[in-house]
Amino acid sequence: MSAPQTAGTRVPALPSPPDDAPGRRPRGRRARPGGGTEPRPRRRTRRSRWFTPWLYLLAPLTLLVVFTYLPVADMISYSFTDWDGISPTRNFVGLDNYTDLFTRPQLFQVFWVSLFYLAGSVVQIAAALYFATILSFNTRLRNLFKGILFFPYLINGVAIGFVFLYFFQPGGTLDSILKAFGVGPHLWLGDPHLVNTSLAGVSVWRFMGLNMVLFLGAIQSIPPQLYEAAALDGASRWQQFRYVIAPSIRPIISLSVILAISGSLSVFEIPFIMTGGSNNSETFVIQTIKLAFNFNKTGLASAAAVVLLAIVLLVTWLQRLLFPDERVEQS
Amino acid sequence: MTALTGPAAVKAPRPRSGGTRSLRGATAVFLKYLSLVLASAVVLIPLLAILLTSLRTAKEMGSANPLSAPHHWLNFHNYVTAFNDGHMMRALWNTSFILFFSVLGTVLIGSMTAYAIDRFHFPFKRLILGLFLIASLVPSVTTQVATYQIVNNLGAMDTRWAPIMLYMGTDIVSIYIFLQFIRSIPVSLDEAARLDGANSFTIYWRIIVPLLKPAIATVVIIKGVAIYNDFYIPFLYMPDDNLGTISTSLFRFKGPYGAHWEVISAGAALVIIPSLVVFLALQRFIYNGFASGATK
Repeated sequence: MSAPQTAGTRVPALPSPPDDAPGRRPRGRRARPGGGTEPRPRRRTRRSRWFTPWLYLLAPLTLLVVFTYLPVADMISYSFTDWDGISPTRNFVGLDNYTDLFTRPQLFQVFWVSLFYLAGSVVQIAAALYFATILSFNTRLRNLFKGILFFPYLINGVAIGFVFLYFFQPGGTLDSILKAFGVGPHLWLGDPHLVNTSLAGVSVWRFMGLNMVLFLGAIQSIPPQLYEAAALDGASRWQQFRYVIAPSIRPIISLSVILAISGSLSVFEIPFIMTGGSNNSETFVIQTIKLAFNFNKTGLASAAAVVLLAIVLLVTWLQRLLFPDERVEQS
Repeated sequence: MTALTGPAAVKAPRPRSGGTRSLRGATAVFLKYLSLVLASAVVLIPLLAILLTSLRTAKEMGSANPLSAPHHWLNFHNYVTAFNDGHMMRALWNTSFILFFSVLGTVLIGSMTAYAIDRFHFPFKRLILGLFLIASLVPSVTTQVATYQIVNNLGAMDTRWAPIMLYMGTDIVSIYIFLQFIRSIPVSLDEAARLDGANSFTIYWRIIVPLLKPAIATVVIIKGVAIYNDFYIPFLYMPDDNLGTISTSLFRFKGPYGAHWEVISAGAALVIIPSLVVFLALQRFIYNGFASGATK
């Protein structure tokens, strides 16, 4: 790490103002000489001493190391111990936590649950794509519709949890609406076969608008000449979508897919608030949090978190590998 | 957003069609609006149910259909109960305190990082940039097990500084927003100022920061919404009742008011209304902010 370099060499305050040299100043200390009138445009006489950028980076790097890299390193080291999170001693147990993790049946349950959220995000991206496309065409009240569909994203997660706890109550809002269509009541959150579908539905409700706004932004940045050309060639709406819109917003779609995958693996808030993980609705993060803070199994929880982190990084890496940022050229 | 959209402009040269075509067109338009209205209903009905319920009395709750009108539209009794017994004033203060310092810190840290990386050449610059890049791939939700111990060792547990430090320290997206924006500020401005005798801090403070205003607005909006809505971090790091934020205070309604949905609804509505007001007031900034925030 190069941060200590800065911390070690304490220097009196900020760099002094430059000695007033005429001529163009290079952009930093390694900048090309020449153009200036001084023969040796370097170091001491220059404004930017070597440590100047490090003074600006001191706080950001400290925070980055303390709250991102140190936790990852600690987590990996805890995962090989039987630490309970409190006692001063911990024993090295090798790979025991990992074998324990992969042999417990709950683990597969947890991954099974994230498949519901993954399916939810497929629905979410498809719906977002559809609404972004139709809202980019001439539509009355488009700002109103856009606002309504986006607003859930801005709502507090706990409030959303309560809104849908009430919505899904037995004999509650949803049941009474469905009754009008002749559909019988269901235990939306009480039925272990239904609960994850309901919760994934809440997640779609919450995040669809964000995807839509992102897609809409990308669609609106397509130069209008492309549509004109397509229209002149007699392209139908579907063909316009297929050959003009879709290729242009491919980067943002691929970004949304990757966020959807890592998002479905690390779902926490909605199920935690609504069901607390009961009834088969426990997700990976809820399980990890419970292991760490309710059962004091910091070692095992760290192993679980390391596995999750590894999967997320793997997925990101695969996506970068499969879809290296292929930007469509838009003249 | 803006009125000039690509596809809209192309609408004109379309109607070159016979009767069946226009019928199909009419159906398509009908289906389009139908889908929009249905989607809006899906968004609004759950919220409407909460709003209507929050205006009912406890007596009404037993019999009423969730979507029927309350007896008195101006029955704000539940709001008073929720606000006082839910300690929402304290929650608002705690959230505002955390929000102010975290946003201030994020802006300073993000802009300083962007300034250092974009305007200076120094050894290990690529490495530093890489460190920030890789960090953005680590979902913070996965590392809380270890972060918890670090916060504990720093003695920040159960203080408002714990979330403030975490919000400042783990925000890579805003660094990207600043970095992207600072590239569009011409270096010649720095150089001119330097000729006039400005040192690097003066350049940062007098030239770069004022020109970064649009990026600062974006970061303030994204960060502000994220912090106001965050539940996870205050829940883990500030279990003390007196340190409840908007989210955790609302979450605590669950126990004592378990069966009193009229009070819980009022509490939820109290939390949602500020978001709605901010959204209506700052719509354009919010859309742009999230668009630039998510795409980096």
